[in-house]
Amino acid sequence: MEEELYTVSVYTENNIGLLNRISAIFQRRHINVESLNTSASEIDGVSRFTIVVRVTEDQIKKIIGQIDKQIEVIKAYYHRDEDTIYQESCLFKIKSDLLFEERQIQNIIKESNARIVTVNKEFFVLEKSGRKEEIDLLHRELSVFGIMQFTRSGRIAVTKEEMKISKMLQAFNQ
Amino acid sequence: MNTQTENKTQTTIDKTDCISGSEAVIKCLLAEGVDILYGYPGGAIMPVYDELFKYRNEIHHVLTRHEQGATHAAQGYARISGKVGVAMATSGPGATNLVTGLADAQIDSTPMVCITGQVASHLLGSDAFQETDIIGISTPVTKWNHQVTKASEIPEVLAKAFYIAKSGRPGPVLVDITKDAQFEEFDFKYEKCTGVRSYNPVPKIDSAAVLEAAKLINAAKKPMIVWGQGIILGQAEAELKAVIEKGGIPAAWTILGASAIPTSHPLNIGMVGMHGNYAPNMLTNECDVLIAIGMRFDDRVTGNLDTYAKQAKVIHFEIDPAEVDKNVKTDVAVLGNAKTSLQELLPLLQEKTYPEWHNKFKDLYAIEFEKVIKDDLHPTKEGLTMGEVLKEINIQTNGNAAIVSDVGQHQMIACRYAKFNKTKSNITSGGLGTMGFALPAAIGAKMAAPDREVVAIIGDGGYQMTIQELGTIFQQKVPVKIVVLNNEFLGMVRQWQQLFFDKRYASTEMTNPDFVAIAKGYFIDAQKVTKRKDLKAAVKEMIDSDGPYFLEVRVEKEANVFPMIPSGASVSDIRLS
Repeated sequence: MEEELYTVSVYTENNIGLLNRISAIFQRRHINVESLNTSASEIDGVSRFTIVVRVTEDQIKKIIGQIDKQIEVIKAYYHRDEDTIYQESCLFKIKSDLLFEERQIQNIIKESNARIVTVNKEFFVLEKSGRKEEIDLLHRELSVFGIMQFTRSGRIAVTKEEMKISKMLQAFNQ
Repeated sequence: MNTQTENKTQTTIDKTDCISGSEAVIKCLLAEGVDILYGYPGGAIMPVYDELFKYRNEIHHVLTRHEQGATHAAQGYARISGKVGVAMATSGPGATNLVTGLADAQIDSTPMVCITGQVASHLLGSDAFQETDIIGISTPVTKWNHQVTKASEIPEVLAKAFYIAKSGRPGPVLVDITKDAQFEEFDFKYEKCTGVRSYNPVPKIDSAAVLEAAKLINAAKKPMIVWGQGIILGQAEAELKAVIEKGGIPAAWTILGASAIPTSHPLNIGMVGMHGNYAPNMLTNECDVLIAIGMRFDDRVTGNLDTYAKQAKVIHFEIDPAEVDKNVKTDVAVLGNAKTSLQELLPLLQEKTYPEWHNKFKDLYAIEFEKVIKDDLHPTKEGLTMGEVLKEINIQTNGNAAIVSDVGQHQMIACRYAKFNKTKSNITSGGLGTMGFALPAAIGAKMAAPDREVVAIIGDGGYQMTIQELGTIFQQKVPVKIVVLNNEFLGMVRQWQQLFFDKRYASTEMTNPDFVAIAKGYFIDAQKVTKRKDLKAAVKEMIDSDGPYFLEVRVEKEANVFPMIPSGASVSDIRLS
């Protein structure tokens, strides 16, 4: 069975220590996490983990089973790229001189739909949201001129299909 | 630590409902029906121990000699009673000493609640004296854990702890309570936990799956059941027996499933796995429908998965959805509690018998008897065998004893040859294989079932891992019977060295102390047997004894346990010599 990129969505109680439990499931199986994001979800008091891993379908099914059985996990799902709308975000810190002296940089910013967050005498900060490949491309293009700092977020994703988590929670409360 | 708060141990409680966190711990335990707990005091749990002193007539605290002993005793208590075992320890080393017992309980699905003291909350993360991150350490080996930093959280967290530990697939839970939370006072109110929204302990049974399973079983020509501890945990012994008898299906058991159906039942075909019986292992690769009930296809059971029951349709009755298709791909999975699932299955089954199929098991048993069992149970050579000791214990206890075994050759012999009339009679460390388990586990088992004969069967290696618990046995006057089968080797490792490492016995030979003198040093009656002619009388004296008793039997030094499936081999490559 071939390895593929899977996005895992985990709805959880917002409790201390859960990150440790969930990450340990990947660690124990020697699976490298490509990216991991935790945040609030659309449901009050319920957190959402978005985890990207490259594994086989057999592996991801077993991993979902193990995540799902953690007491404070409400529900875990896995998706392929075509089932989700996903984005990443990144920030570049670049010397301000370049913004004014290198015309090409201005073109790169414009063509990549990146956004200037702030500018001062020393540096400016560029923000870009998009798919991994778009961010990789922008990084390559800007690297030529020198990047002072670079950081990127994990993937965040929503699914095209409905996830029936709210109905599950309603059923529990009834 | 705030001195004002520290001094609150002496504070009188004015309002009946306003109590300290420590007293709340005790009241929670009482509300959950706990009347015995195992533990070891220390600085960070002293406030709870102080309260325990006040409640000593309601909760019996057993001071073990090591925190690991406390967890194994709690496990033994839980395994024989079906109730939650409780262990308590202080922070730091006290807490870390619980980890082996937690891991053992986790893999063997034993309901246990461990309570640990922790440094005061303002010291957390400061590497304070006896501080460890026990929540982080115990996360992989607990079903759930939680740190309490406010007294008011104690009732809800402990209620949840007991609920999680015993519901669904049981397991160990750890609750860590900071010292300031133990001193803090609050208005106490306790409500038992009846549900956690993110936790579905027992999946709803899919009747269509049960029907599909019944169809497969009814159409089978060579069906075979393998049951595990899920039968015992789900109290489904009667249902399993009814299914086996109505369907006429030969049924084998995993090490933790042992004793759910009496050994003497004609459809009980023995143990599967690495040192299991010849017939059920061989015929796993011949049956046409394999019905797994409350077992998890452990690698010690399946051997090489690539060759395991490939010809069979596999039906898996299981409470834990994560176990389905984890190791063996199933054709039909029936999620839910074994008791309810088998109740649904029973009316759908046709009454059948499979005489030809059953005779195959009998034929293979005859081969195993000739090549292995005869020499194990009726030896003609001079040296005493482990098997004949078990046979004598079976005779003297009429198969009514609970056998608590440690880990190694003697464990496999005990599981192979112990006769069980009653359920919950085989208490052993199956999944983790924890040497040192049996002596403290036997303490817990005997305290949970004082009317039952509890016999611990232990090797000379494992015995010395928790030998200090003889002190607990003496102090508590627990009339447990201890049999050490001494071959002066770490026998199972030596067997592997002989078979797979060209007899290079690297660090497996043991020079042992005078075990009888040590037992007598703890004021426990003891004797040693080295000759066959003395065995019967010695076992009789042990069983007739009213108090705890230690019996050392010097067995053959280099005997091996067969049958054996070499690690990673197919179940049908099982060796008889």
